[in-house]
Amino acid sequence: MKALLAALLFVLGGWTPAQAHKPSDSYLSISVSDSGISGQWDIALRDLEFAIGVDADGNGEITWGEVRAKHSEIAAYALARLALRGDGAPCAIEPGAQQIDDHTDGAYTVLPLAIRCAKAPAQLAIDYTLFADIDPQHRGLLNLQALGITRTAVLGPQAPTQTFELKAVSRWTQFIDYAREGVWHIWIGFDHILFLLSLLLPAVLLWRGQQAQQWQPAGTFRQAFVDVFKIVTAFTLAHSITLSLATLGFVSLPSRWVESAIAASVVLAALNNVWPVFHSRRWMVAFGFGLIHGFGFASVLVDLGLPREALALALVGFNLGVEGGQLAIVAAFLPLAFALRRTAFYRRAVMVGGSVAIAAVAGIWLAERLFNFKLLPF
Amino acid sequence: MDTLRVQRPDAHTRASRKITQPAAFCRQGRPAACIQRPLGPVEFRVLPTACRMSPPPCLSLPRDLPRLVATALAAWALAAVAAPHVPSSDAQVLERVPARAVDAGVRDLQALRTAWRANPRDADLAVQLARRYIDQAAANGDPRYIGYAQATLSAWWTEPAPPMAVRVQRAVLRQYGHQFTEALADLDAAVQAEPANAEAWSWLAAIHLVRADYAAAARGCEGLAPLTTPLLAAGCRAAVDSLTGRAEPAAAALSAALKAAGDAGPEERLWALTRLAEIAERRGDMAAAERSFREALALGVADVYLQAAYADFLLDRGRPAEVLTLLKDGARADVLLLRLALAAKAANDPRGAGWTRDLAARFDAARARGDRTHEKEEARFALALQGDTSRALMLARSNYAVQREAADARILLEAALAARKPDAAAPAREWLSTNRVESVVLRSLADKLGGLR
Repeated sequence: MKALLAALLFVLGGWTPAQAHKPSDSYLSISVSDSGISGQWDIALRDLEFAIGVDADGNGEITWGEVRAKHSEIAAYALARLALRGDGAPCAIEPGAQQIDDHTDGAYTVLPLAIRCAKAPAQLAIDYTLFADIDPQHRGLLNLQALGITRTAVLGPQAPTQTFELKAVSRWTQFIDYAREGVWHIWIGFDHILFLLSLLLPAVLLWRGQQAQQWQPAGTFRQAFVDVFKIVTAFTLAHSITLSLATLGFVSLPSRWVESAIAASVVLAALNNVWPVFHSRRWMVAFGFGLIHGFGFASVLVDLGLPREALALALVGFNLGVEGGQLAIVAAFLPLAFALRRTAFYRRAVMVGGSVAIAAVAGIWLAERLFNFKLLPF
Repeated sequence: MDTLRVQRPDAHTRASRKITQPAAFCRQGRPAACIQRPLGPVEFRVLPTACRMSPPPCLSLPRDLPRLVATALAAWALAAVAAPHVPSSDAQVLERVPARAVDAGVRDLQALRTAWRANPRDADLAVQLARRYIDQAAANGDPRYIGYAQATLSAWWTEPAPPMAVRVQRAVLRQYGHQFTEALADLDAAVQAEPANAEAWSWLAAIHLVRADYAAAARGCEGLAPLTTPLLAAGCRAAVDSLTGRAEPAAAALSAALKAAGDAGPEERLWALTRLAEIAERRGDMAAAERSFREALALGVADVYLQAAYADFLLDRGRPAEVLTLLKDGARADVLLLRLALAAKAANDPRGAGWTRDLAARFDAARARGDRTHEKEEARFALALQGDTSRALMLARSNYAVQREAADARILLEAALAARKPDAAAPAREWLSTNRVESVVLRSLADKLGGLR
């Protein structure tokens, strides 16, 4: 009758245990560094009481004295249920002096672990069977830190053995990863490309303001190259400054305004080609607006996530990537534009038509970003 | 309503904890709206902690910044509880456990455990011990006992056809873990082999009710009726009828059965009164609902479910101050803590912030071990206390795929309404219309959702 009532009471009524209790968890942290492997294992006193009996006098209160008396038994019990293997070879685990810690659901014994594997492992296997025989619902929450990378996993009877790759992530690979992100970002960041193109389009031309009110072909490649060089350098310097400042947290601007300002910069740069205001010293324009574009790059870098231990590395890598991507665009653009500079096609269709088109697209971006709607698919 | 059951971690959740899925990064208003970036093996190098924990499909700053920060802080808080120390004296009490020297019940249980350990394949002993542990779990709400009970059945846990008594207990434990299909298979086999197994029939009816299979639940009640008290039989039928277009006769029949059952114990009466209150509330007869709730509370039996249900009733009536009084001692239970936090918010009580923080920590702890049995409560928490509509809807949908009681439908409808996504609540609306469910609140929510189209 009682069990029957239980069914109807707790299911028809919804079973609502007082959940200040939670299921049994242990917390296993393992940290792999150049100097070796260490660990810490927090195990609930309540679970240990059920497994091996810690409350010696049975009065319902576990005291520090009672726990202390059981330290070696606790360590032996726990370590018989944890095995680590580095690249297949068993690692030795030495327990240290236990302490006490409070987690949300009660007191835990804190068991330090000194772990010795034959050599620095590239792969770590963990066999975890703590309390598997007395509480299959028990889980070990693993926090594995290896060479700056943190991994979490849930250990328990559902997956008694789990293997983790610890391949050392070299600083170089990390650097390359961020550089690649930088290149990738400038290539798919159409607003940056269009801004740069708007400034570069006139570089193979010269403005004959007094006489003709029109663009004329530049005389020498050297002239064009110097112009481009100044623009790209100014843009790079400027966005490097703000990228660094924003990433390191010295300055922060609301992203909507940054994005809107970037769109506005593209509109202005493009219109400047049709109705020139700045025809020489466009590098100053590049510098001024470059400051804004830097904030845009910074938010991408923040989205990617920054490794705390290699912040400068990530920053430099990403920035160099952006520059590399930019230079590739310039390298493709300059010879082509220089070759075409005398044609009406370049001066009308590309220079004027292209600039108007860029201004139009950027104008829509500007509206989209200011008023938060979506019109263009890119 | 408000079931909180212990559950075995779901395989998918576990996997996603280890293997970070390809994440996409985006910035608001970027020309390339979302940069897809297959992360593969490099992912751990570049991802911030927050992404590693649970990769959202697409991040956008600054909209997601609060969430990222919150997740990172939660993860950090979980880790940073750590402040290992050496207690100042041997006499310092660190933990309270059942006192075997004082409590004969504890000693009994231990003796039974010792006997079972000597003979772990003895089905009678194992079932006896499992029942005791399940009772403990129900009585003091400690889900560890569900794990202990499972361990006693470990000799048969994966067997296709264990002894019937083992099989029924295995079903009970499986339903705690929301493994309803497996539990039903065990129970079907049990009632076929033993048609007079009242326990199996009652669990069968109960699980079908949770799954909203009312025809099957009615069959369960029929099987149970000749084997139990008239009151429980009537309650079982009323639970089915009240959700299938016959709420008024259901209430009348249960009411009559309660009057006739003069000898019923307080627990049984409390259960029947709570059902009556809920049926009346759904029908919109708030005065009758309040009478039944109060009568049930007056029985003086501590019952978390009843308290939670009455607290919800009061919250709906705009009487949060009464909730704060009703639950002033109940902060240990998650479900009650949730009601306290909701009431505090409604009443502008300064204690609300602390309760909300505690709840967040409890949900984080459950998530850390891959437990998904709290989704209904967490959905309500996300919706009402965190204002995270999309997360609330995600949780409510995921929960509704497993449990389909009135409360599950309600949070799904509410979350869909808040997110202005009527289609997301289609299963709940279909449930309402197919079964002709009579519920003033649910109908009005469904109508509002219909108006969104």
